[in-house]
Amino acid sequence: MAQPRKPSSTSWWNNAQYRALFFQVLLVLGVGLFFLFIVKNTLHNLEQRGIATGFDFLGQRAGFGINQHLVPYSEDSTYGRTFIVGLLNTMLVSGLGIIFATMLGVVAGVARLSSNWIVRKIATVYVEIFRNIPLLIQIFFWYFSVLRTLPSPKQSLHLGQSFFLNIRGVYLPQPIYESGFGWVVLALLAGIVFVIMLKIWAKRRQDQTGEQFPVLLVSLVVLFGLPGLVYFAMGAPLSWELPELKGFNYVGGMVVVPELAALLLALTIYTGTFIAEIVRSGILAVSHGQTEAASALGLRPGKVLQLVIFPQAMRVIIPQMTSQYLNLTKNSSLATAIGYPDLVAVFAGTTLNQSGQAIEIIAMTMAVYLTLSLVISMFMNWYNQRTLLRER
Amino acid sequence: MSVHVPHPDLPPPAASVGAVGWARSNLFSSWFNTLLTLAALYLLYITIPPLVKWAVIDADFAGSTRDACTGEGACWVFIKVRFYQFMFGFYPPGEYWRAVCAFLLIGGLVVYLLVDGSPRKGWVVGFTVFVYPVIAFFLFYGGLGLEVIDTHKWGGLMLTLIISTVGMFFALPFGIILALGRQSSMPVAKSVCVVFIELWRGVPLITILFMSSVMLPIFMPEQLEIDKLARALIGIVFFQSAYMAEVIRGGLQAMPKGQYEAADALGLGYWPAMFLIILPQALKTVIPGIVNTFIALFKDTTLVLIIGLFDILAIIQSAFTDPKWLGFSKEGYLFAAAVFWIFCFSMSRYSQHLERKLHTGHAR
Amino acid sequence: MVSKAAEVRLADSEIAIDIKSMHKWYGDFHVLKDINLTIKRGERIIICGPSGCGKSTLIRCLNRLEEHQQGEIWIDGIELNDDLKHIEKIRKDIGMVFQQFNLFPHLTALENCCLALIWVLKQPRKEAEATAMRYLERVKIPEQAEKYPGQLSGGQQQRVAIARSLCMNPKIMLFDEPTSALDPEMIKEVLDVMVDLANEGMTMLCVTHEMGFAKTVADRVIFLDSGEIIEENDPENFFSNPQSDRTKLFLSQIL
Repeated sequence: MAQPRKPSSTSWWNNAQYRALFFQVLLVLGVGLFFLFIVKNTLHNLEQRGIATGFDFLGQRAGFGINQHLVPYSEDSTYGRTFIVGLLNTMLVSGLGIIFATMLGVVAGVARLSSNWIVRKIATVYVEIFRNIPLLIQIFFWYFSVLRTLPSPKQSLHLGQSFFLNIRGVYLPQPIYESGFGWVVLALLAGIVFVIMLKIWAKRRQDQTGEQFPVLLVSLVVLFGLPGLVYFAMGAPLSWELPELKGFNYVGGMVVVPELAALLLALTIYTGTFIAEIVRSGILAVSHGQTEAASALGLRPGKVLQLVIFPQAMRVIIPQMTSQYLNLTKNSSLATAIGYPDLVAVFAGTTLNQSGQAIEIIAMTMAVYLTLSLVISMFMNWYNQRTLLRER
Repeated sequence: MSVHVPHPDLPPPAASVGAVGWARSNLFSSWFNTLLTLAALYLLYITIPPLVKWAVIDADFAGSTRDACTGEGACWVFIKVRFYQFMFGFYPPGEYWRAVCAFLLIGGLVVYLLVDGSPRKGWVVGFTVFVYPVIAFFLFYGGLGLEVIDTHKWGGLMLTLIISTVGMFFALPFGIILALGRQSSMPVAKSVCVVFIELWRGVPLITILFMSSVMLPIFMPEQLEIDKLARALIGIVFFQSAYMAEVIRGGLQAMPKGQYEAADALGLGYWPAMFLIILPQALKTVIPGIVNTFIALFKDTTLVLIIGLFDILAIIQSAFTDPKWLGFSKEGYLFAAAVFWIFCFSMSRYSQHLERKLHTGHAR
Repeated sequence: MVSKAAEVRLADSEIAIDIKSMHKWYGDFHVLKDINLTIKRGERIIICGPSGCGKSTLIRCLNRLEEHQQGEIWIDGIELNDDLKHIEKIRKDIGMVFQQFNLFPHLTALENCCLALIWVLKQPRKEAEATAMRYLERVKIPEQAEKYPGQLSGGQQQRVAIARSLCMNPKIMLFDEPTSALDPEMIKEVLDVMVDLANEGMTMLCVTHEMGFAKTVADRVIFLDSGEIIEENDPENFFSNPQSDRTKLFLSQIL
């Protein structure tokens, strides 16, 4: 009969699990001590400088002006308001930047794959030049060397009597919505609903009978035609307020301040190069054999793109594209350098300088960007999961 | 049994090759393509000639004072006159040799390490990592018989290179540790690393620079005064190591499981396995990715302008305020753009060459 | 050895493919030289030759995946040229199976087969799926209908690819080295499908190195080298009594 074996005794140091536990405890202690050290110093230093902690400062009067605000703002507004104004400005420039950069990037990316030699070369030159020049230099160039050298309002460059370009900005006509325009908007919404239902109906019809319906054409006609009809039926309820020169400045109309224009131009051109590369590599990633097999089956080039190439290219393109959108949003913070009042410039800049509440302000600012980053990360994970190509 | 008489190789039909054939298939293959070609040619016509006229034909290259710039074209004299300032900032001209020596040395070391088959690479790596920083510090800063030059005199392209190299130098080991930690099976280590990486990757660099220049003095005990350049470098190292960690993590994940298993089977512990087997291979595969992050860092160094350091862009901008040289912002920015473009384009070409060599390009 | 069904078809003199003095260049490289080939309906042709001789290029010219610069190609009485309508009609009548399978990875096996039925032949979905299932059964893998290509073995993928082409009811099938990318144990299952197809009377043009298959199924074997047709003969005479010295050399290397 075998003797019961005694459990072998190794020292806890050599036991893998204990080692891991020990190391982690050390890590937690180390990190904890580090933070304690910092907090102790911080409290001491803040006391020395007479700076209060806490978020009460958000209710204090700001006392400075902001030259572009999407919500009402004046010097009497609070610091909290400056946060909102800055945030909205950041979202404005990021949103417009994303739209324009995508348009430019997709065109350039497709152009780089064109069978036309000149078009291909121009797109390549565009990408290779602007990708390798720092964004800040591009912003400065547009702002200081181009927009600030425009003539004074009295000698503006102009297109007819409606569009003016001068050192104070880009002046556009402002649309004035009269009564009745609400119906046009309703017509547009109705058109969108109709197009969605049309797509569903057309797909069902194709499944059942095999016949294809020109959905795209009809959708375009409806989306433009229906609101258009309503517009004229209501007696054209849209007038334009043209900018007019009064004294030294233009009054009326819409103005795009040069800071926004320069930032937008630079962000679009710079980010456009990265998007172009993403689009190009996404399409190239789909092997040529796919196109051959689809063509051999008799599919027309348009359908080959729609049914075979794009679905596969999008898997690669979308995650990288959202990454670039995030980069563009973070890069918009360079607005500080030319005085465009975005979140960083207005809140982590002026407000911080005036109130001295560095920690709270920088924490809030970072929190905004961090939240955005995490939201976009989660979206990308969800998208990747959904479109994962199933393998054994 | 017949002997086959081969058919002669004939030249292709005239209309399908040569200049005519090329033009037909590349430029005019369809009416749409023809339209595009004409539009593109028109676009080039309205942009290139005026640019060349301004930058080269009408430009002024010779001279040393404002009066030399009389023409309608670019005033490159402005750049010529202040060239050394753009390169070295406020560094005393008599001490330029120190900076040049330091750069030549690191340049030589890097080239030696990147060339295949150079002998004794291990020793060179050791030298680069442990000995060179000390040499560089004394060369740039001073002491040991050399004149001490304060960091606020450092500027220009020299400062740009210092910031990017130092940033990279610390970000690489830091990034390796973070990447390993993120892959770790220990939950605490993993969470700490994930939080760290996502934090620094999720915020704009400018906020990090603000944080380190404004908040670092508050975080540290009163007596400890941290040099302005050092503060910026700390922020940049944290930022860069987070991106580096992700690049390295990609390399670690792409390693075949068999390598880890072989190391285990040999009885190697965690750290020896990492240093001897896993990391050398993983790092080799992601060298193109590392070069790309370096290029991004190099471009990002321009942001230190905003917190008051005088990199090449800041020096050029300050030159615009000189009353003797007003109105040459175009030339200045174009020069700055050209300097960066030369560096970044060469590095990205090298990275593409490496990708081809290592077959780690668009593998799908 | 020729099967009964094919014997009947050979008597019918309808011409499926007619290539007249066809030349093709890649830039300056003369890849196909003076190709003259006539293939009757129901014939099974094997094309063989050393690598780089242009055999793949030749059959890819037949459905306009490659363009020829000189000479004429007539498929089923329609000339193959730049006319898009001709190309469309011809592609409906020719099916092609590739060495790399080229299944669409984002669609299931069933969807791969239905794609062209729905979008080119404009069939309703139910009808298309029924047709697709029939052909998946014919290649003996109906149970894999809902699987994605990534989940199938090489042999299964190639059989789905064959089914995909057959769904379009082609009159001619082209095979470009269909078994060269397969592991040895999977070659048989694909060749079996091709033999069945041949026995049912399909006009087939097959580029392959599988000489056993050639001996079983072919009506004619064509030897291509450096872009020219060196020799063509029925399989028995081709393998036992090659006429040209080049053919002899090639056969000695592969048999």
